[in-house]
Amino acid sequence: MADDRDDDRPPFPEPRYDVGPLSKATSRRNFIKGVIASGAAVSSVGYLFTAGCSRSTGSVGGVERMLVLNVNGQMRPVDVLPQETLAMTLRYRLGLTGTKLGCDRGECGACTVLVDDVASYSCSTLTHAVRNRAITTIEGLEGPNGELHVVQQAMIDELGPQCGFCTPGQIMSAVALLKVNPKPTRDEARHAMSGNLCRCGAYDHYLNAVMRAADAGDRLSETRAPV
Amino acid sequence: MSRDMMGAFELYQPDTVDGAVALLEKFGKDGWALAGGNDSLDWFKDRVKRPKYVVDLAGISTLKGIRESADGGVEIGALTTLTEIERSELIKGRYTVLATAAARVASPQIRNTGTIGGNVCQDARCWYYRYGVDCYRAGGNRCYADTPEGQNREHCLYGADRCVAVSPSDTAPALVVLDAKMLVVGPKGQREVPAEQFFIGPNVDITRMTVLEDGEVLTAIHLPMDWSGARFYFEKVADRNTWDFPLVNIAAAMFVTGDKIDRIRIAAGAVQCVPRRLTAVEAVVTGQPKNAETAGLAGQSAVRGATPLNFNHFKIPLLQNLVTRAIRDA
Repeated sequence: MADDRDDDRPPFPEPRYDVGPLSKATSRRNFIKGVIASGAAVSSVGYLFTAGCSRSTGSVGGVERMLVLNVNGQMRPVDVLPQETLAMTLRYRLGLTGTKLGCDRGECGACTVLVDDVASYSCSTLTHAVRNRAITTIEGLEGPNGELHVVQQAMIDELGPQCGFCTPGQIMSAVALLKVNPKPTRDEARHAMSGNLCRCGAYDHYLNAVMRAADAGDRLSETRAPV
Repeated sequence: MSRDMMGAFELYQPDTVDGAVALLEKFGKDGWALAGGNDSLDWFKDRVKRPKYVVDLAGISTLKGIRESADGGVEIGALTTLTEIERSELIKGRYTVLATAAARVASPQIRNTGTIGGNVCQDARCWYYRYGVDCYRAGGNRCYADTPEGQNREHCLYGADRCVAVSPSDTAPALVVLDAKMLVVGPKGQREVPAEQFFIGPNVDITRMTVLEDGEVLTAIHLPMDWSGARFYFEKVADRNTWDFPLVNIAAAMFVTGDKIDRIRIAAGAVQCVPRRLTAVEAVVTGQPKNAETAGLAGQSAVRGATPLNFNHFKIPLLQNLVTRAIRDA
């Protein structure tokens, strides 16, 4: 969903951007993501973080820069500046560029991720503040065999996105809602999605998708119940 | 220059209040207490505030949670999120006005991480001040909002003193009507400040909005029994339903016997630098029947003495109508 698929990559599942070299990646985009993920030097990281990098935080009591972050069920060791936001860490340290930065001020919702299953703006969260929490990004929604999450599928079926930039954030908000309220009314869904702007104005399509996902999730749990 | 990358600072994550206070005392003017980060990080990204040391309070478990206190009231840890307050059965049942107010703050994601302490301690939202100009509040010697061209639609009706910024909080008026006590811990020990006195105007200190001194931390908010289970009213009017700060908000708590208003507290936000307790309204309606006539009189008495700026005259009828509705519909 988060990708503009303008090349000849195979259909979903996409290769996962795990730690380690990427074997299957063919596109330039995935190659770069792979390089970031494997921790090798890449210029985009350099230019973004030179400003604060020279400063050491060695004083007693200050946070250690090296930490292990629980992202999408994986423990990812990563070097994080004290002033680094979660959005920056996810995008530029871990290569999880599905999380978008819109305003970087907590005013648009494009950067929404789940922190312990609660929707949060990753642009307004310090990475060090979520050290011991479970973070889920849009990349973490796919099933073990790369199948789409029920909300992602509903977004496609309802033609939810137009330009797609706000979509990862919209989906994360919807997922957070359905975790605590699997059968929301349309008004409840509208309320839960109100922290995500869409400048294409596709709000009603997104709402349709959330309601469809709630229905689909319902059927899913019914069929799974006897197991 | 990028206005999105924060300047470097050292981050400290103490796990006790004493530890946090000791750090903040040591760092003095170079220190910054961080709660949810929704206000703080904006300041840092804009490079308007550049603390050298940031003390993250989120790791202090004693600052979190909602519990019943010994006197039968409720104590809310300052780092309790607005979502937790909005959903708390205890708050919804006894102090509905606070749950309603918390639910109207900003957006769902901000309420998920934003704390009650951060909401009441957030800095002024005047856009000139936020832009980083050298206004009075920033230590300069002029106000950019109160000029013939200044855009002051969101600014104050009362209590202007060089600065015309308003209290931006939705929960603050609710805490004032509940007569909440703010527990503050600092280098000199602990003190308890009534919510009404917690907020200060530019006439007291133009560079801050609360009584918190350097090194002091708001640790908890205590809601006394007095207003538990009263009849409540909260309404916020803003340009947008999500995110936006109030143009005016109103909170009221009252006890009514038969049709007579026995006791009442009522306060409005975004009309003054502090949440404005409307004592004139309280005097007018106490002992009066709760009906349309009383409500109308209350509305009129609420706006006496308002001195609008160039672009915020609309706040006068807005405040008047909100007070009328609060008395009529509570």
